[in-house]
Amino acid sequence: MANKTLSGAEVIIECLKREGIDTIFGYPGGSAIPMFDAILDSNIKVVLTRHEQGATHMADGYARQTGKVGVALVTSGPGATNTFTGIYTALMDSSPIVVLAAQTTTPNLGKDAFQECDTSGMTFAAVKHSYLVKDPNDLPRIMKEAFHIARTGRPGPVLIDLPKDVTAGACTAPFTDQMDLPGYKIPTYAPTEAVEKAAEYLKKSKKPLLLVGHGAMISGASRQVRELAEKLNAPVACTLLGLGTFPTDHELSLGMLGMHGTVYANKAVLDCDLILSIGSRWDDRITGKLEVFCKDAIKMHIDIDPAEEGKVLQPDVFMCGDAKMVLEQLLPLVSKLDTAEWVKTCQTWKKRFPLTYPKQGGLRMQHIVQTVSDLTKGNAIVTTDVGQHQMWVAQYFHINNPRQLHSSGGAGTMGFGLPSAIGAAFGNTTGWPVCSFSGDGGFQMTEFELATAALHKLPIKIFVLDNKYLGMVRQWQELFYDHRYSSVDMQGNPDFVKLAEAYGIPGLRIKRAADAERMIQKALDYNEGPILIWCECEKEDNVFPMIPAGAPLTSMITEQPKTQLEKPTGST
Amino acid sequence: MISTAHSISLLVANRPGVLVRISLVFSRRGYNIDSLVVSPTLDPNFSRMNIVAHGNPEILMQIIKQLEKLVDVVQAKDHTNMNVVEKELALIKVRCAPEQRTEILQLCDHFKAVTVDMTENSMIIQITGNSDKIDAMKSLCQKFEIVEYIRTGKVIMLRGEDKT
Repeated sequence: MANKTLSGAEVIIECLKREGIDTIFGYPGGSAIPMFDAILDSNIKVVLTRHEQGATHMADGYARQTGKVGVALVTSGPGATNTFTGIYTALMDSSPIVVLAAQTTTPNLGKDAFQECDTSGMTFAAVKHSYLVKDPNDLPRIMKEAFHIARTGRPGPVLIDLPKDVTAGACTAPFTDQMDLPGYKIPTYAPTEAVEKAAEYLKKSKKPLLLVGHGAMISGASRQVRELAEKLNAPVACTLLGLGTFPTDHELSLGMLGMHGTVYANKAVLDCDLILSIGSRWDDRITGKLEVFCKDAIKMHIDIDPAEEGKVLQPDVFMCGDAKMVLEQLLPLVSKLDTAEWVKTCQTWKKRFPLTYPKQGGLRMQHIVQTVSDLTKGNAIVTTDVGQHQMWVAQYFHINNPRQLHSSGGAGTMGFGLPSAIGAAFGNTTGWPVCSFSGDGGFQMTEFELATAALHKLPIKIFVLDNKYLGMVRQWQELFYDHRYSSVDMQGNPDFVKLAEAYGIPGLRIKRAADAERMIQKALDYNEGPILIWCECEKEDNVFPMIPAGAPLTSMITEQPKTQLEKPTGST
Repeated sequence: MISTAHSISLLVANRPGVLVRISLVFSRRGYNIDSLVVSPTLDPNFSRMNIVAHGNPEILMQIIKQLEKLVDVVQAKDHTNMNVVEKELALIKVRCAPEQRTEILQLCDHFKAVTVDMTENSMIIQITGNSDKIDAMKSLCQKFEIVEYIRTGKVIMLRGEDKT
């Protein structure tokens, strides 16, 4: 189809439609006006956010919820720089987003024009790929490529830097499905020899452990993971972002492993004779001290990204491919293992070392999370911010479905919780409520998106778990830095109920554990849009279990230590 | 930490920004690029890059994989210790009085170098070959005053019928 009369902006909008995009998140500005103008004539819904960071987190939340590409549309200069945190967050968690960033006109590039910024130059290290478009006729191909790259292989953020004369200029090039990506390879099945070798190792294993990460979820391998676990009779531990890919309530599930993982998951890691990572990248928060991690166990690794091979550790077998496809290759080659004893040991650990928290004292975040999980029967979409509450959600919310929990894992981006919940709410087709959990610190980084939630009457239960501290940092300072609290006191926090009410959102306040169930039920029963639940929690509670950063898993602390601990050697 | 020199050859799509993306991979993993040569291939849509870089050999494996992961990179290979032709070119400007010319020209003759510019008191020597040869020539020229010195960096081509 020739489109002589279309502007660059109109072509961009038409390409969005062709990609099946019906909702985008954005914030306009001078250079972006042609695109915001063109979108008026389409049926694409534009969610006007209150900040560009919010737009990218919403696109990210939408992408994580739907598995489709999330789109953010912003203006040049500060509009673009405000997206960087969101772009980096999406990169670290392999989330497919496309950021359309407006730019000054091409003749003005490099001349410090108003709101000019070298957006593509500044983001090279934070994107999967990016484009600076100089000719409107390149737009049909570039839009096609951008969505293809964002969504396929190991998904990630793609940025398109769009000068105003390109979006305002005429595009005569036809819409196309042709792409010009000679260097872009998408792994599918793994080499047969690698899979056969993995099956051989599995046959000999008496104490296998499956480690399930975000990659397994992204590839839609939930069923295959379960089939493999049940066929082998092998226990399963999930990473934070892997939670839900294998049901937490399954008898073979050991929940989350790692720094704040369950005792039983980490004991299994220490004791297994084989570990098979399915779409996880041996993050430092999982392995602890690398030199002793699974030292005597066979390590096998399924990953769609060839650059993950040997990045952190050298596995005995690396299967490069799509997790679902590789598991389908592997499944016919394996049979039930002699693991009854091993599974029994893991079950015993589960009984002996359950997750627990003190019931005395003030309101506990754990209690809130557990109550929400119980009252919803685990049927809720859950997003978190970053910090103590995030770990407690991972520990206490019964996540049994893929794409049920959205959290900033790799980047650890405070401020992710509320906007990602908004994005998820736009993509949510489950009929479940969206429960957004944030600490008082992270919430205040993007709290203005309350306006966005209110405007669209989104069914989000916004839990602000307020301990008036930057709790995780305070915990480190308490345990490792001799109680020297430095810049963690959140003195000056607002009245969060009044804050919500200022945006037209009803607010509830919970101060006592005894009120929690009744108030949370009230919030869950509210059907008129978002509702904020301000939970004033115990100020100095600590997340346990905990493995100090950089320490071996054997150094796990399960309760409040009596003495001061050594400063951790790991970075975070 | 061990640090060795590596000769890497890349086939890349001839697109803006590709050089930045590649150099970012090196710098992020603590590698220093010693030399870099870029030229279009027979097909103008692609460029060939030859990079010599210093760093830890274990990290290099990772760098190669991360380079290959870039959308615009078609192929990345480490040619260190492989059967390849590696050549570079250098220009050396020496200050020399007329009575020193003969000696320098003898040196040039020995190294199959040529003079590409000559004035009353200076000359520019052009030398091609492997890096050791150029190092040797430079070292011998130090007897005279070297005014300026520049080298292209290595170009690499696989021996035999196969493509690099």
